[in-house]
Amino acid sequence: MAHSAHTEHAAPAILAEVNPTPLPRAILVENNRSFNWVTEKICGIIEGPTPRWWWISFAVSCFIASFTVFGIVYLVSTGVGVWGHANPVNWAWDIVNFVFWIGIGHAGTLISAILCLLRQKWRTSINRAAEAMTIFAVVCAGIFPVFHVGRVWFAVWPGYLFPVPNANAIWPNFRSPLEWDVFAVSTYGTVSVLFWYIGLIPDLAVLRDRFFKTGNKVKSALYGFFAMGWRGSNRHWSNYEMAYLILAGISTPLVLSVHTIVSFDFAVSLIPGWHTTIFPPYFVAGAIFSGFGMVLTLMLPLRAIFRLEDLITQYHIDCMCKIILATGTIVGYAYGIEFFIAWYGSNPYEGFAFINRAFGHYAWAYWIMITCNVITPQFFWFKKVRENIVLVWILSIFVNVGMWFERFVIIVTSLARDFLPSSWGYYSPSAVEIFTFFGTFGVFGVLFLLFIRFLPIMPMAEIKAVMPQADPHAGHGDSKH
Amino acid sequence: MADSIYGLMARFDSASEIFHAAEKVRDAGFKNWDCITPFPIHGLDGAMGVRRSHVPKFSLIGGLTGFTTGMSMIWFTGAFDYPLIVGGKPYFSPLFAFPIAYELTILFTAFATIAGMFILNWLPQHYHPVLKSDQITRGLDDTFYVVIEARDPKFDLARAKALLTQAGAKEISELEA
Repeated sequence: MAHSAHTEHAAPAILAEVNPTPLPRAILVENNRSFNWVTEKICGIIEGPTPRWWWISFAVSCFIASFTVFGIVYLVSTGVGVWGHANPVNWAWDIVNFVFWIGIGHAGTLISAILCLLRQKWRTSINRAAEAMTIFAVVCAGIFPVFHVGRVWFAVWPGYLFPVPNANAIWPNFRSPLEWDVFAVSTYGTVSVLFWYIGLIPDLAVLRDRFFKTGNKVKSALYGFFAMGWRGSNRHWSNYEMAYLILAGISTPLVLSVHTIVSFDFAVSLIPGWHTTIFPPYFVAGAIFSGFGMVLTLMLPLRAIFRLEDLITQYHIDCMCKIILATGTIVGYAYGIEFFIAWYGSNPYEGFAFINRAFGHYAWAYWIMITCNVITPQFFWFKKVRENIVLVWILSIFVNVGMWFERFVIIVTSLARDFLPSSWGYYSPSAVEIFTFFGTFGVFGVLFLLFIRFLPIMPMAEIKAVMPQADPHAGHGDSKH
Repeated sequence: MADSIYGLMARFDSASEIFHAAEKVRDAGFKNWDCITPFPIHGLDGAMGVRRSHVPKFSLIGGLTGFTTGMSMIWFTGAFDYPLIVGGKPYFSPLFAFPIAYELTILFTAFATIAGMFILNWLPQHYHPVLKSDQITRGLDDTFYVVIEARDPKFDLARAKALLTQAGAKEISELEA
């Protein structure tokens, strides 16, 4: 029977003959820490006094976020004309920013879902913060499509976005990828929140009991309310683990479909430069690329501030850099293939669109994109670079900048030069657009700072489960036989 | 005596200890008992004799409901309630309806999975004798407990204590109901 197999089961005889070299497993928690150390370390961040840097960052983030608030209030009270959109560029920063933020979110789901299915145990120490990043990025992304309808209440009633019939009793057009996008993004946001919350339950229970012990009844009740009475029962863990696995299983096709549908917004149209079948995989790779850039941008400072080097080890950073390298190279390959197909397809409009991207009015944006997205990740081939934390952080910022420019290049250059030269134009953003976008970094910052102050930034239960002491057969089945 | 207490709570200090203790309690034939662990221990379900979770059944029902909802919503709005020709396309086709039905499949599956987890675990349950114990803080931190409930038909205080001691419990306490 299974329960006795681990004690009686000796290594197969063949092992003695071939004498395999045991492959060293990467250590995920360094310095041989105990379970209790993990709890104290992560809960200590929440239980300790609020650091001064937190208040300063919070104040700065609130100030920056106010730009979005003012931008939106001005937009709603005046009209969408306050943005720089005009024929032929009727989509610009609003959609650029939307795709940029949504793409950033994708790394969080990749870490929490796809790496879970692939049993990449290093995901455990970064997945909570990355999932939080996903949710806050979706919040920032959602601002743009909702507010670009101008009279924002029309997004809901009568439904420009949500399926509610308009004044003539006509329903939204479900043949449109834009309508698919509404469902994709709202499902993505909802499922991300659910997944994140399920992961939080056992950790909230830890905080509930710790605050109860120190006599903080209010906090204990608050954390306890959301912990749902979790008590670490193994009968509960059994259902919990199954639910977690299913959520990971459905989030994987979800995250791939979200950016696929986002790319359909462009690929299904007929505009040269948009109308290409390479878009879905190319967008998904780009999204993961930018998302990991943002994960590194956020996690490296957290690691330094909270002294989390034992939990986010060099191995974790290596893994993330390598994913950036892989996806960045896919993105670079996609840029090349786009040019090849534009030439090979012999469509003069398509060919012009790409030559115009590289050498036209927006060439500056194109070359910023190429530099940041194609050249930057190649540095991660080198171990010396991956071990230089400051350099990794700087390169991760370049990745973020590059991916914003990618969306700008795709959207604006294609629209500014479409089929008829008589309708060509040049788009520049208005101050309101710039402010609104700038402010979303503040919105993101405010949410993320609240997260690191009040919620455990790493999943304690999951980290403990991948530590060597967590193995009930430790010392039985390894090379000691 | 056995009526006034909820059960026995026995402490174990490592994942491997509780794993073996769970096997012993299972083999002794107890039904109403549990392990309290700070994280899911690999293989403990088998050691406890816990059957495979029923959560996937909820997920399947949720997914089918979501897919049907998506398809029928688009059929209802476009082909039944207000048929409107757009671009010379059919009023309804499962092809253009697919992306939204796909997203709703995932959305409903997620809700059903989580609902299933809560229902099967009988959560939220903010009052529980185990939560009342002082030891729960450690039980969610770095210690492992076996809890045998007094309502188990095989429960006998002295014999249950002996079993837990023999299984290697470091400390056994009685839980008040």
